[in-house]
Amino acid sequence: MPMVLWQLIFFIFPLMFLLLMSFWLVKNYRMVPGFDSINWEKMYSKGYFWDAYWRTLIYASVATIVTSVLAFPCAFALAFKTSANVRRWALFFLIIPFFTSYLVRIYSWQIFLGENGVINKLIGMIGFGPYPMLNTPVGTLVGYLTLCLPLAVVLQLISLANVDRNLVEAAHNLGCGRLRTVFSVIIPLAKVGIIIAAVFTFILSFGDFVSPYYLGGSKPPTLSILIIDTTKSGQQWPRAAVVAITMIVTLLCVAFAAVTTAYRKRA
Amino acid sequence: MTKERILRLFLHLYVCAVFVFVFLPIITSFVFSFNSDRFPSLPLGHFTTHWYQTIFNDSDIWEAFGVSAIVSASVAVLSTFIGFCTAYTDYRFNFRGKSIYLALALLPPTIPLVIMGLAMLALLSRINMSGEIYSIIVSHVVLCSPFAMAVIRMRLAQIDPDLESAAWNLGASEWRAMHQVILPFCAPAIVSAFCLTAAVSFDEFAVSWFVSGLNKTVPVIILEILQGNTDPQINAIGSIVFITSMTLVVLAQIIYMTKASDQRALTGVITRRQDQ
Repeated sequence: MPMVLWQLIFFIFPLMFLLLMSFWLVKNYRMVPGFDSINWEKMYSKGYFWDAYWRTLIYASVATIVTSVLAFPCAFALAFKTSANVRRWALFFLIIPFFTSYLVRIYSWQIFLGENGVINKLIGMIGFGPYPMLNTPVGTLVGYLTLCLPLAVVLQLISLANVDRNLVEAAHNLGCGRLRTVFSVIIPLAKVGIIIAAVFTFILSFGDFVSPYYLGGSKPPTLSILIIDTTKSGQQWPRAAVVAITMIVTLLCVAFAAVTTAYRKRA
Repeated sequence: MTKERILRLFLHLYVCAVFVFVFLPIITSFVFSFNSDRFPSLPLGHFTTHWYQTIFNDSDIWEAFGVSAIVSASVAVLSTFIGFCTAYTDYRFNFRGKSIYLALALLPPTIPLVIMGLAMLALLSRINMSGEIYSIIVSHVVLCSPFAMAVIRMRLAQIDPDLESAAWNLGASEWRAMHQVILPFCAPAIVSAFCLTAAVSFDEFAVSWFVSGLNKTVPVIILEILQGNTDPQINAIGSIVFITSMTLVVLAQIIYMTKASDQRALTGVITRRQDQ
């Protein structure tokens, strides 16, 4: 059981310590152990904290919806409209992005999205624009999509590939239209995979700091940027811990709600 | 069925569009790493290996590659070992609290990296372990062992459960059975878990950024360049990192495929002989 020990010491223990630290004080730029709820009160009474909280929540929700909706037709086409060989290659290519530096990909997007970037140049050629995209929520969303879209397609594809083809056939034979088959047969059958893909998208975009920072312009901040600013600029680690714990609790609630929905039996 | 054909065409085009979106930044980075202009834009400048030469002559970057190599190799060894133990425990034993055990084993990737970084930094600096190479290794093992566990567990699920008991019946000790039956069977998964965790660790930046101190890894260097001005060096470094990780992944895949199919052929022969 070396793993239990390892995970206890280096996974659970740091998180517990984070919780503990959120009650510590900072005096003369040094942390002093103690038990004081002042960090919680200070953080929770700040308007900018709640602004950041809702902003992050909304960004992550939008990213989740957009990613799921954009990923579905792709996963659907790969699962039902292509040969097994194509599917295998598609899976292989969808896994490649996980092994390329996310930072470098974000840097590439800066090239595309900038005021003088490639996309605006192209739009300019046909007489439009320039549209600001870098340092706007649109830029952030593109970053989230870069991070989550391949994963979402893979997860949806796996669950769609397991849908029983006979049921789809049956629906067709019983005169069910294409769209209706998709919405009332295929989606319910692949529900678990679709929801799990959405949960992962939510978790990743909720915690990511690179996209909002380098594509979204870092201002106004999201929670993860808030953590970095609080940690790196001052010695206010306890307050950063408050933000971190709030994030973890939020994620746990979302994940729990989603998993319950995913595995609930249909009435 | 023209309607069907149009639909199919549309879906295929859509899939292509998604792939373009996913691969556009990767390919761009390659292209611009050979582009002479300092500020990347269209039309492209002329071909140059200037950016590669700059990083080649930069001792900081060499050092970072060294740190990254040490880190990812050690992480791969440790997390593959831990992953194997976890996976084997899950495969072999049933015990009270197993669901908690599995949750503990698989949860780390769901915690945002920034938070993991902050937590690790807070704890490690408290016990004077931060800012060293081993602090990065420790944190990465936490992040990577779930992946190793998942890969090896999938392989264990394919094993014939009678195989191990057969070995015991034939007088092999637990260790011998492990050594001569389980380990060879899992070998392809172990190798691919090794490459996978090495690649994940090689690319990880958030946690490393928090705990690394002066021992910067390659992604931390990229992050720091990114905070400054536009600098095509990133593309060059990124391309090198990409090729390194891809080599690891493709290697893992090839080894897994060939070994696994060899063994399937072998077990096939054995079962056929038993049938006769």
